[in-house]
Amino acid sequence: MMAAVITVRGPFSFVRRLVSARLHKHCCSRVQAACLAYRPHSYSLTAGQQHRFFRTSYAAAGPIMQFKLSDIGEGIMEVTVKEWYVKVGDKVSQFDSICEVQSDKASVTITSRYDGIIRKLYYDIDSIAHVGKPLVDIETEAGQVEGPQEDVVETPAMSQEDHTHQEIKGHKTQATPAVRRLATENNIKLSEVVATGKDGRILKEDILNFIARQTGAILPPAFQEIRPPPPAPAVPSTPAAKPKTTAPSIPTPVVAKPVFTGKDHTEPVKGFQKAMVKTMSSALKIPHFGYCDEVDLTQLVRLRSELKRLSESRGMKLSYMPFFMKAASLGLLHFPVLNASLDENCTNITYKAAHNIGLAMDTTQGLLVPNVKNVQMLSIFEIAVELNRLQTLGASGQLGASDLTGGTFTLSNIGSIGGTYAKPVILPPEVAIGALGKMQVLPRFNSKGDLVKAHIMNVSWSADHRIIDGATMCRFSNMWRSYLENPASMVLDLK
Amino acid sequence: MILRVSDRACVISRSVRLKSTLTSFFDEMGKGIIIKSASTGIFENLALEDWIHDHVDLQNRNILLLWRNSPAVVIGRHQNPWQECNLPLMRRLGIPLARRRSGGGTVFHDIGNINMTFFTSKKKYNRHRNLTVVTNALKELRPNLDVNSTDRFDILLNGHYKISGTAAKLGRTAAYHHCTLLCSVDRSLLSSVLKSNNSQVIKSNATPSVPSPVKNLLDLDPSLDTDTVMEAIASQYKKEFGFATPVITVDPTHESLMPGVHKMTQDVLTWEWVYGKTPKFSVCTSLVVDGVNITLDMDIKNGKVDRCDIGIPDGWLPLEIVNEFTSKLNGSRCCPRETAVLVAAFIRTNSLAADIAEKIHRLCEGVTSVM
Repeated sequence: MMAAVITVRGPFSFVRRLVSARLHKHCCSRVQAACLAYRPHSYSLTAGQQHRFFRTSYAAAGPIMQFKLSDIGEGIMEVTVKEWYVKVGDKVSQFDSICEVQSDKASVTITSRYDGIIRKLYYDIDSIAHVGKPLVDIETEAGQVEGPQEDVVETPAMSQEDHTHQEIKGHKTQATPAVRRLATENNIKLSEVVATGKDGRILKEDILNFIARQTGAILPPAFQEIRPPPPAPAVPSTPAAKPKTTAPSIPTPVVAKPVFTGKDHTEPVKGFQKAMVKTMSSALKIPHFGYCDEVDLTQLVRLRSELKRLSESRGMKLSYMPFFMKAASLGLLHFPVLNASLDENCTNITYKAAHNIGLAMDTTQGLLVPNVKNVQMLSIFEIAVELNRLQTLGASGQLGASDLTGGTFTLSNIGSIGGTYAKPVILPPEVAIGALGKMQVLPRFNSKGDLVKAHIMNVSWSADHRIIDGATMCRFSNMWRSYLENPASMVLDLK
Repeated sequence: MILRVSDRACVISRSVRLKSTLTSFFDEMGKGIIIKSASTGIFENLALEDWIHDHVDLQNRNILLLWRNSPAVVIGRHQNPWQECNLPLMRRLGIPLARRRSGGGTVFHDIGNINMTFFTSKKKYNRHRNLTVVTNALKELRPNLDVNSTDRFDILLNGHYKISGTAAKLGRTAAYHHCTLLCSVDRSLLSSVLKSNNSQVIKSNATPSVPSPVKNLLDLDPSLDTDTVMEAIASQYKKEFGFATPVITVDPTHESLMPGVHKMTQDVLTWEWVYGKTPKFSVCTSLVVDGVNITLDMDIKNGKVDRCDIGIPDGWLPLEIVNEFTSKLNGSRCCPRETAVLVAAFIRTNSLAADIAEKIHRLCEGVTSVM
């Protein structure tokens, strides 16, 4: 049996009282019947039953309000339910969004009229909902300000509401009745409070923060029950205690603690993060050793500035990375173990023929490592073109799996963001990686003993100590370094 | 105008009243306001719409917002972008995808398209009245222009070409109705971008768009450019709603004027909103990968792969590799970039023979072709 609730368009408070007045009568009679039939731990709310049950459950059992779909306007009688924002058992406050319905190109957000707990959803997603028919059942809390208990004395309740509703220049302030009561008790105008809730709603914390700011450290006595009690005095006073030296009449000021409403947020590891977790967990199996060095790039800087104009005339900005990669490739020709791969059981080493040098790229989503294939066959300009292509794709989120796999050796230019030395992690199935710090202009002594300006960059290598020893890494690094410190020597060995 | 508001902002902050300053400015303005957005960013403008809807008291006030965007595709609240537009083309051209909060179908915006948002209280929500403002404004400019609104709230030119589409959003106390108007839009780009290559293989209950032939006002009359038309609409609006205050320009990135607007812009930008709000759908297709026929059957919920089944011919790939591949995809976003990254990590961390790795690559390409 459903209560005959009329959808009345009028002042909100009037409708609410009308609804609650009718339900109150039903409540009383039902509660008595329910008490007689009450058995602990047995709920008998079967699906599809349209009448309301009053169970004395763990939550304060208040009346269950049937929230009906109100008029949408333009004579629309039917809408499609598109999304539920709540599910059975959720706690909602007045003005919280309940669901989204759609009708004829209009999307409508239905908000809750009551504070309470959702007890029933009447429609599935994509079903047609009817205006005037029930949408959800909300179990309101017993003892709510506008609950049925207040019905007996109606007139004072209404005047109190008007006072707390507080419209200032047509800008209605939204706050739940509990918050409004708090404001009234402390003589606060809601329009003066900074709202931090959804849709500009004023929360309890906002009132408390307002008071803390306005009245300073000392709070009126009404607040003592809400705040955690002030720390108890160190020495409890007993009748036989020695008379204290401090006069007991000065009360200790209660310092208002700022209310921190931040909450921990947990979410599953997915997508990019998941990929990184997998890769790095696998990298853990590799025993890393590090080797760092300093490279004097003064001559390279000069060379690049000479080549810059020529490169730009070909439509390409030339950075230092193509030089670093080419020098690495030349070094790998002499130390192929650094371009190898160890199998699962560490029984076989595969010396890879191609030098597919990866470049660690920082994108908005996280770390991506695309690689330039066959660096051993490319000129410095061709490497620059390919790097540019990968960078453009990386920035627009279009890198494919083939660009992201197949690498045999990796360089990370972390110095472009900052830093000097690093401890890079090898990306399996590779066995070595280098991290390049930022380039700095530093004083150094040249061969004549004079103090000169030098462009210095630090490199930090990590290698798999199962198949690579320190001496090999050191010799590779020295060779790489000598190519870069004396670029002319690269010309001799370029393939 | 903005300078005046800034002065007021100083006064207000001094008295520790942190009311939104644009709201208080509106309070002085009276019952009708026309705003023009200073931005052509789709996300900033959508956030501006949301902000006005949430923070301005519209019970006794009517507001018109005029805005234009650089190229973007905007889908309705409950639509499926994979079904509605050519996502790979948009990614290549750098055209962003946005999802608005109102219902309706998919539209293409560029700087030759005018967007108008009519804000009213929920009681005064009347789309026909708003569209009459637009048609009357156009007829004022060109008395012989054959423009009429239909009962589906479209505006047709010469009874046949759609020049405007409508969508609306109703909240608790206020509502807005917005519509487009094609003045000088790139029509070839519009038609190529609004055609999805995957609509046949997608099964979904999302709101479908109804394609219509379109035309630009400029095609008919070269003097009907966006500035002229916007001015005409503004004056017609003032006539219809009875006020005379001048149009004000608002910068939607001005956080101190509109506290909270920056967060609203961020909210509407996120993948979770743009793609994740797609109603659940399934993709069922057969692809040719590396010369063999592969069947792909995926359920996508909240934009993420909920279930993925791949059917391969016997012996093409070891079954446990295929199962591991599909389990990696479970829970990941229906996004080619994310899939590529996951597959790359998969290949890295499982030592696969070269030919198997190659097949996995091709398989990945096939799967991402529907994303």
